[in-house]
Amino acid sequence: MRSILKTSAAAMAILAATLGGASADGLTGNLKIFLDTSNPAPRATMEEMIAQFGEKNPDLTIETTVIDREAYKTQIRNFLTANAPDVANWYAANRMRPYVEAGLFEDVSDLWADPEIAENLASTKGALTIDGKQWGVPYTYYQWGVYYRKDIFDELGLSEPATWEEEKANCQKILDAGKKCYTIGTKFLWTAGGWFDYLNMRTNGFDFHMDLLTGKASWQSDEVRKTFANWRELIDMGAFIDNHQTYSWQEALPFMVKGDAAAYLMGNFAVAPLRDAGLTDDQIDFYQFVEITPGVEKAEDAPTDTFHIPSNAQNKEAAREFLKFVVSPDVQTQINDGKHLGQLPVNAKSSVDDDKFLIEGFEMLSTNAPGGVAQFFDRDAPAEMAKVAMEGLQEFMVKPDNLDKILTRLDRARERIYK
Amino acid sequence: MAQASAAASRQTSWWHQNQQRLTPWLFLAPGILFFLFYVIFPIFQSFNLSLYEWDGLGKAEFVGLYNYEELYWDDAFYTSLKNNVIWLLLYLAAIPAGLFIALFLNQTVTGIRLYKSLFFFPFVISQVVVGLVFTWFYDPTFGILNVLLGAVGLPPVNVLGDENWVTVGIIVAGLWPQTAYCMILYLTGLNAVDPEQIEAGRLDGAKGWRMLWYIIVPQLRPATFIAFVVTIIGALRSFDLISVMTNGGPFGASRVLSFYMFEVALSEYGFRMGYGAAIAVVLFLIMLAFIAYFLWSMYKEEKAR
Repeated sequence: MRSILKTSAAAMAILAATLGGASADGLTGNLKIFLDTSNPAPRATMEEMIAQFGEKNPDLTIETTVIDREAYKTQIRNFLTANAPDVANWYAANRMRPYVEAGLFEDVSDLWADPEIAENLASTKGALTIDGKQWGVPYTYYQWGVYYRKDIFDELGLSEPATWEEEKANCQKILDAGKKCYTIGTKFLWTAGGWFDYLNMRTNGFDFHMDLLTGKASWQSDEVRKTFANWRELIDMGAFIDNHQTYSWQEALPFMVKGDAAAYLMGNFAVAPLRDAGLTDDQIDFYQFVEITPGVEKAEDAPTDTFHIPSNAQNKEAAREFLKFVVSPDVQTQINDGKHLGQLPVNAKSSVDDDKFLIEGFEMLSTNAPGGVAQFFDRDAPAEMAKVAMEGLQEFMVKPDNLDKILTRLDRARERIYK
Repeated sequence: MAQASAAASRQTSWWHQNQQRLTPWLFLAPGILFFLFYVIFPIFQSFNLSLYEWDGLGKAEFVGLYNYEELYWDDAFYTSLKNNVIWLLLYLAAIPAGLFIALFLNQTVTGIRLYKSLFFFPFVISQVVVGLVFTWFYDPTFGILNVLLGAVGLPPVNVLGDENWVTVGIIVAGLWPQTAYCMILYLTGLNAVDPEQIEAGRLDGAKGWRMLWYIIVPQLRPATFIAFVVTIIGALRSFDLISVMTNGGPFGASRVLSFYMFEVALSEYGFRMGYGAAIAVVLFLIMLAFIAYFLWSMYKEEKAR
């Protein structure tokens, strides 16, 4: 009896070994994926993409966990150390630095050594590089810029501005017509960071902006003061909607929808709710943020969302294959099209969906952003600095006279945070 | 013989001799264990953590009292501390307000139970809902508050966007459910008021305010004490309303210590665990003052009996 059991066990082992050998080209085992794409459209997109990956690898058991987007930001710290998945998504640049420095993200420079990735993903390589190594792959990004009500511009006889003077002249006419130039909601602070990014990058250039956000330049420098002086011109004109400190970015949308404000400096994700609110593509349009200091090369904000392999992952081989799959041209075309994420593909060989904002944004980023591509205020600066600084920016927008106090405070924070 | 010795040994066994004294401790044991583990131990843990600089991921670095020195220079800390004091003071308004509503409702007319439940309603709904309702109420563009102000010819105010008004605005929202809570405490208290004393007071010519102040209120002392305790605790826990209504803004003007601690240590831009723990310690010391007072007055009362 015992010998029969033994033999059958041995047979099973051999059988298992042959089966394993037979599917050697496919992946085996488990693949645990954690996602923060809790909004309906991104969630469906990710699930569809993962299902396709699963079809290609039938022997791989994929387990996907979608966590609420805000909760994910704090949970990632726990699950990376305690209960690591094989793949997790996150954000590029300084936002991933704490995890890279704590040794929680796997170095995936080997993937980037592959010319297939190195050449086609060159534009986002910088955002994923820390200390000369790459720590993940991007899967989507989107442009920022000025979304405006074309019908209001037409009615007032305005055209898209290209210089700071034109911008201000347009704004004055909009104000004269009894409307506000820009809607914004700064309750959650980061929207003010967008304005500062653009004003500072246009006034002082990309390199200075990065020096400032990485603590190398002072908040009390003349350059920064010049940026704030430009901003103040708009504030003193009354260009922004009143009481913006009480609104979230979504709550600021109705001002534009109702025509009380003409434009919104925002990421491309603002287009969907504007369309949902009933504005047609004839009514909304997009222009690149204007030039301020002549000769300063234009740089853009284009936040990149990323996939990473935690260092404690169990199935790193499958995880690497998954990352390769995500950045491949076809998948990139598919997940970023208008029916899915509605953003820009990171792979140069992918095609951009036929959507006027995506086409315009893609063109802007690929041909008209020679200065560089920034991630966004709170992704380029360390989290702690971003928080203090964005609070200062909001205060400045409400009480521009407090500028000196704000800048002194920010410089003191800088000395503590970047030591 | 055998029985007798068994009985004797039972009586002399240690357990039997000490049963009376041990039983209460055995019943208390689960509670004490949980209290030690979830309350006392974390207090010391926070004290300890406040001496370190730690981001929750890497190695904790011992920095001595640096976090407290940092607090000393931190404007945001003083704003939060000041707001805590404002909360403690203004929140007490819930006690007299609750008393007057209770007096008003302490009558027998048809449907009084319904009215009582309606007045109690705000305490039943979640603080988050209260916060949202008041946010809409205060909305500078669409809110009814500014419509009403406009109707009597006053200029509009953006309550939640003005750093001088924001804390008061949130406290008013908090007073709505808290008043209901105090009201229910007083309603039960009023049931226990001795009608003979009122009768006696009436014979001596006490009416209105004098009746209330000298006859009723002294008899409501236990209810007042509980109302005071829950209101103080409520004021110190004022977290959800701030989080929902302003998220600490505008530019940090409505933060209180508990919210600031959360922001520094646990929010999206935080993870300064040591600094957060230092704030927690300060908050604990403030609470300790009140807790000591409560315990002292309860002790005195017990002794007086």
